[in-house]
Amino acid sequence: MPVDIDAAVIDNRRLSADYNVLSLAAPEIAAAARPGQFVMIKTSGGHDPLLRRPFSIFEILRDGATPIGVSIFNKRAGTGTTLLSRVEAGARLATLGPLGRPFEPVDPPAEGWMVAGGVGLAPFVTLAEALAARRTPTTLFYGARRAEELYCVELFEALGVRVILATEDGSRGVRGRITVPLEAALRERPLGNPVKLYVCGPTPMMRACAQLAATHGRACDVSLEQVMGCGLGGCYSCVVPARRADGGTPHHTRTCIDGPVFDAQRIVWDAVSGH
Amino acid sequence: MDLSLTIAGLTLPNPLIAASGCFGYGVEYADVVDLSSLGGVAVKGLFLAEREGHAPPRIVETPSGMLNAIGLQGIGVHRFIQERLPELRERRAIVIVNICGTTLDEYVELARILSDADGVHALELNISCPNIKEGGITFGCSLPGTHAVVGAVRKVTRLPVIPKLTPNVTDVASFARAAEDAGADAISLVNTFLAMAIDVHTRRPRLTNIVGGLSGPAIRPIAVRMVYECRRAVKIPIIGMGGIATAEDVLEFMIAGANAVQVGTMNFVDPFIWGKLLAGIRDYMTRHGLARLQDVVGTVDTSAREKAWISS
Repeated sequence: MPVDIDAAVIDNRRLSADYNVLSLAAPEIAAAARPGQFVMIKTSGGHDPLLRRPFSIFEILRDGATPIGVSIFNKRAGTGTTLLSRVEAGARLATLGPLGRPFEPVDPPAEGWMVAGGVGLAPFVTLAEALAARRTPTTLFYGARRAEELYCVELFEALGVRVILATEDGSRGVRGRITVPLEAALRERPLGNPVKLYVCGPTPMMRACAQLAATHGRACDVSLEQVMGCGLGGCYSCVVPARRADGGTPHHTRTCIDGPVFDAQRIVWDAVSGH
Repeated sequence: MDLSLTIAGLTLPNPLIAASGCFGYGVEYADVVDLSSLGGVAVKGLFLAEREGHAPPRIVETPSGMLNAIGLQGIGVHRFIQERLPELRERRAIVIVNICGTTLDEYVELARILSDADGVHALELNISCPNIKEGGITFGCSLPGTHAVVGAVRKVTRLPVIPKLTPNVTDVASFARAAEDAGADAISLVNTFLAMAIDVHTRRPRLTNIVGGLSGPAIRPIAVRMVYECRRAVKIPIIGMGGIATAEDVLEFMIAGANAVQVGTMNFVDPFIWGKLLAGIRDYMTRHGLARLQDVVGTVDTSAREKAWISS
């Protein structure tokens, strides 16, 4: 059951000109959140911008064992995200959540492979924690354009996640897209050793990962981001073309309540809008 | 304190109705709102058949508002009755079903089917969606068309019939009169304003459908004016809407002439808006010594213009 909290900004940690991590005091959301869920944040107090913006819950913030808030991983792109890149500690932001269908973490002996592109890193800290709690061996494949755009890798290393990096300019990790090391790892892994892929990033990258997963016969969940009006299933803006879980003809499915996590094979990738 | 009102024998506990297209089928919001606490739930527009709607992007923000071109995606009337209505009934919601057809016969068929369904309290006739080519708005933009569709539905149902009017006409009051003449029990207005937004860098429209309907606080003053014009034209109850965000906005519509209101876009922004609006209305009634909220309807005081000693 989602709650709306007038959340105080605890901290705005700048990672670069375009990225920041915003920590919000929202204990009820932090306590209820499951891996891969999201919040809807009102980025201004007035009518411009009017609508809330969806953000994956990046970290669950705790004081000892007590959940006290959530953070979001923000990339400055439009009006709303620009406001959130500048917001200062002490400001208040209406934060609605937790929302959406979460990731389902696999249990050992299966491994969990998380594949992130750019700002698509956002839902994976919570998933890595859930996988670590199950002692599931976990790998993060994380790609960006260049070394300076790879963030927060230490959060994953601290959870015991094996990290494989790729940059398009070769400045850190494998040169090329993240699908290069992913494909190599899929090829090397014996079919008898189960693995599940969890993917979030730009649409072309998710499409490529979905194809790789299908080729290699591996389960693959994707976390989709679409323009959202309400986050609760009321407006029907955030639809993606998806087959029903039992197959059949594709239909427009709401990302907010039927997702954001979908089985990649349900998605009709050629018809997905976005970047 | 009495916030209730009656439309053709149907009593609503308060004037706050969730607007069609902005509240799913109601059940989506059951976790955040007690559906029985609302004046009514106008469910997403239903055709006879299922519809997939338009390709995304389907919404874009504009100053103090948004454009939408969802294209009336919907599960169709039969699945609605089987899969959604039982839960709405169980949650004791006052259900207003918004119906859309491409022909007169489809409206009549929908009205017949829904009149037999347990838990439907009223029919809102969508003759005003700006986002689909066929039907709907072709009735709503023609006086004979409006008269014909309201009259035809009137003949086949005992449920209150509430045509939802489009603002995309020159004289909305004449459409209100056509609806009243044809036997409408109430009217609701306004649907969205046909509008467009373009990305100047790509020179592409921001919506796949090219055009869409503008809603939100940006349209409120126009909607208030239209409700005022309709109040002077008809006697039947009016359900006003357009960008309502606060209790003061509700009262503005009511003083202009609305008996009830619908809230749409701002429910996206704040799904907990309903309790805040009710509290604000009660505060207003206390401050102004109002026992019955309906007593404010149409009480706008325009005497300053009559008294003005300089007039143009």
